[in-house]
Amino acid sequence: MSDLLAARLLMGISLGFHIIFAVVGIGMPMLMVISEGLWLRTRQPVYLELTRRWLKGTAIMFAVGAVSGTVLSFELGLLWPYFMSYAGALIGMPFSLEGFAFFLEAIFLGIYIYGWERVTPRLHWFAGWVILVSSMISGVFVVMANAWMNAPSGFDLVDGRPVNVRPLAAMFNPAALSQVLHMTVATFIALGFAVAAVHALMLLRDPHNPFHRRAYAIALVVGGVAALVGPITGDFSAKDVAHRQPIKLAAMEAHWTTEAGAPILLGGWPDEAAEVTRYAVPVPYALSLLAFNDPTATVRGLKDWPRDERPPVGVVHWAFQVMVGIGTLLAAVAVLGAWLRWRSGRLPAQRWFLWLVILCGPLGMLAIEAGWTVTEVGRQPWIIYGIMRTADAVTPVPYLPLRLVLFTAVYVFLGIIVTVLMRQQVFQSPRGPNWPQA
Amino acid sequence: MPSLETLVAAILFGGLTLYVLSGGADFGGGVWDIFASGPRRQAQRDTIAHAIAPIWEANHVWLIFVIVLLFMGFPKAYATISIALHIPLVLLLLGIVMRGSAFVFRTYDVREQRTRRRWAVLFAGSSVVSPVMLGVIVGAVTSGTIRVDTATGRVQTDYVSSWLGLYPFTVGLFALALFAFLAAVYLTLETDQRPLQDDFRLRALVAQAVLVLLALASLALSTTGAPMIGFRMAAAWWGLPLQLLAAAATLGTVWALWRRRFALARLLAVAEAVLILWGWALAQYPFLVAPDLTVDSAAAPPAVLAALLAAVLAGAVVLFPSLAYLYRVFKARRRTV
Repeated sequence: MSDLLAARLLMGISLGFHIIFAVVGIGMPMLMVISEGLWLRTRQPVYLELTRRWLKGTAIMFAVGAVSGTVLSFELGLLWPYFMSYAGALIGMPFSLEGFAFFLEAIFLGIYIYGWERVTPRLHWFAGWVILVSSMISGVFVVMANAWMNAPSGFDLVDGRPVNVRPLAAMFNPAALSQVLHMTVATFIALGFAVAAVHALMLLRDPHNPFHRRAYAIALVVGGVAALVGPITGDFSAKDVAHRQPIKLAAMEAHWTTEAGAPILLGGWPDEAAEVTRYAVPVPYALSLLAFNDPTATVRGLKDWPRDERPPVGVVHWAFQVMVGIGTLLAAVAVLGAWLRWRSGRLPAQRWFLWLVILCGPLGMLAIEAGWTVTEVGRQPWIIYGIMRTADAVTPVPYLPLRLVLFTAVYVFLGIIVTVLMRQQVFQSPRGPNWPQA
Repeated sequence: MPSLETLVAAILFGGLTLYVLSGGADFGGGVWDIFASGPRRQAQRDTIAHAIAPIWEANHVWLIFVIVLLFMGFPKAYATISIALHIPLVLLLLGIVMRGSAFVFRTYDVREQRTRRRWAVLFAGSSVVSPVMLGVIVGAVTSGTIRVDTATGRVQTDYVSSWLGLYPFTVGLFALALFAFLAAVYLTLETDQRPLQDDFRLRALVAQAVLVLLALASLALSTTGAPMIGFRMAAAWWGLPLQLLAAAATLGTVWALWRRRFALARLLAVAEAVLILWGWALAQYPFLVAPDLTVDSAAAPPAVLAALLAAVLAGAVVLFPSLAYLYRVFKARRRTV
C-alpha cells in the first residue's frame, strides 16, 4: 500500500469515526433540552428520568468524541503537514472560534452532568441550552473550514503562494452556507432516527413503557421534522456544487459526456476506462432540471477534464445514490408517521411502524458517512480544490501503513468501549412507581 | 509594545501554561493512582477520580486550543514539528486516547472492582506515557537539532535523532514530575479527611524533591543538549532573578505543605510551575523551533494574526467567566486554609 493511500484511508476512518460522535454531541442536547423543558413544565418524573438517562449516554459519547477530536487536530499535521503550512492561516479562523465553542460546550456539559444538586433547576436547563447552541456553532465552524477546501477563497494566488490573506473571507467562503445548512439538518435527521430506533426496539418488548413512549415521541419528532427539511437543503447543496465544482457533480451523477437536457442515472456501474456508465436507469432531463432549474440546460461531463483531474467516479456516484436514497426514504417515513398520528390521534407505535423506524435507525448515520464521502472523495485528486493536490500535501515520514493499522486498532478499541458502556447504561427499561401509563 | 507575532506567541504559551496547570495535573492524578497505597488506597483513588471527573474535558480543551493557535498563527512551525517529531507525537496521542478512554470507562463502567482495576492499569500507564512524551517534544524543540529549509519548508533532519536522547527524555521525566507534583498539591484540597490530606501532602513533598533533582539534571544537561537555552538561562539578565524566584516559590511550597497551609501551597506550586514554564519561554524566545524558525519567520501574515487576536479576545470574554463558574460550582466547597 502506498503512503498516500494509507494517509487518505486513515484520515477517512478518523473522520468517519469522529462524525458519529459529533452528531450525537450536537443532536442529543436538542433532545435533552426538550425533555428537561417538559419536566420543568409538567413535573412528570418520567421526563426527568429520561433527561438523566439520555445524559448518561451523551456523556459517554462526548468523552470518547473529545478524544477522537483531539486525535484529528494532531492528525492534520501528522498526515498533511504541507497542506497545513499552506492553509493553516486560512482555515485557522473557524478552527480557533470552534475551539472556544467546544470549550463552552465542555464546561457546561460538566455542569449539566455533575451539577444536578449544585445549581437551580432553571440554571441547569439553561446549561443545556448553552450546550446545544455551542455544539451547533462548533459544528458550523468545522464545516466552514472544510468548505474552504472545496471553495478556496480569501487570498490572492501569486507564484503559487497565497498572499493578501483575508481570514474572514476565507471563513465565509462560497461553499460554506450550503454545506453548513445541509450538515446541520442531516445531524438532526440521523440523531433523531437513531434514538427513535433504540426506543422503538424497547417498545417492541415493552409496548406500554411510558419512559420509552415519551423518548420515542420526542426523537421521532426531531428526526422527522429535520427529514422533511433535508431534501430542501440537499437540493440547495447540489445546485451549489453544480455551479462551483461541476466535475464533482459529474462524478456524483456518473455523467461522462457534456450534453443539454442531461438525464439522471439511477444505479449503474461507472466504467472509468471506457468512460461510460453501464446498466443505469436514466430519468430524462432530470439532471439538467435539478442542477440548473432548466430541463434543457447543458451539464458538463467528466470527459471535459483530463483523466488525472477526475475523482474516483464509482465511489462518488454510489455514495451519492446511497445518501439521496436514504434521505428520500426517511422523509417518506416522516410523512407516514405524521399521517398515522393525524389519523389516529395517537403515538404511531404500531408494531410494523416500530419495525420500520428500527430499520431506519442506522440509515441516517450511514447517509452522513455517504454524504461526506461524496464531499471528500468527490474533491480528489485535490486537497484544496484546483490549487493543491492531495499527493503534494502528504507527510514525508515513511511507513504510514503502520500508522493506519495502529490507529484503526485504536478506533476499534474505542468502538468496543462505547458499545459495552452503552449496553450497560442506556439500553434499559426503567419504571417509576408513580409514572403515568402510556 | 510587543509585536503582533510576539503577542500571539505569548497567548499560545499562556494556553500551554493553562494546559499544564489543569490538564497536566489530571495526568498527574493518574500517577498517584498507580502509587495509591496503604490503608486508604481506595479512598485515595476515589478522591482522584472525583476531583477530575467534572473538569476533565474542559481541562483537555486547552491542548486543542494550543494546537489550533499554533497552526493558525505559526503554520510553518506546526508543519515542521509534525514532521520532525512525528513519532513522539503519535505516542503522545496514543497516551491521550488511552487516558481518555480509561477515564470514560472508570467513570461509567458498573461492573465489579476487579474488572475495573485492569482498566485502571491502562489509565495509569497512559498517565505516564503522555507527560513524558510532551516533555520529550519540548526538549527536542529547544535542542536546536531540528533543521528546516526555510524557503521550501522541507525538514532536513531525520525523524528520530532530534528527540531520542538523554536531554529530551530528562525533560520528559521532568514534565512527569511536575504534573505529579501539581496533582498531589491540588489533591490535598480535595478532601476534608486529615489522614487522606496527609497522604497527598507526603506525595507532594516527595514529588517536589524529585522535581528539584530533575530540574537540576535538565539544566546541567541543557549545556550540551540545548546549548542556546542553557546559555541564556545562565547568562541573560533575567536568568538569575528568575531562578531565585523559582527557588523561593519552591521553598515556600515546601514550607506551606509542611505547615498544612494547603491553599497557600497550591498558590505557590502554581507560581513555581508558571515561573519554570515562562523561564523556558524567555530562554527560547524568539525561536519557536530552534534554530531555523523564529516567532517572526514562522508567523502567518499580520491580517491573520490580527483576526486571531480578535477571535481570542472575543472568545476569552465568554470563556473565562464560564470557566470561573465551572470551578466555583465544583471546587469552591472545600476551602481549608
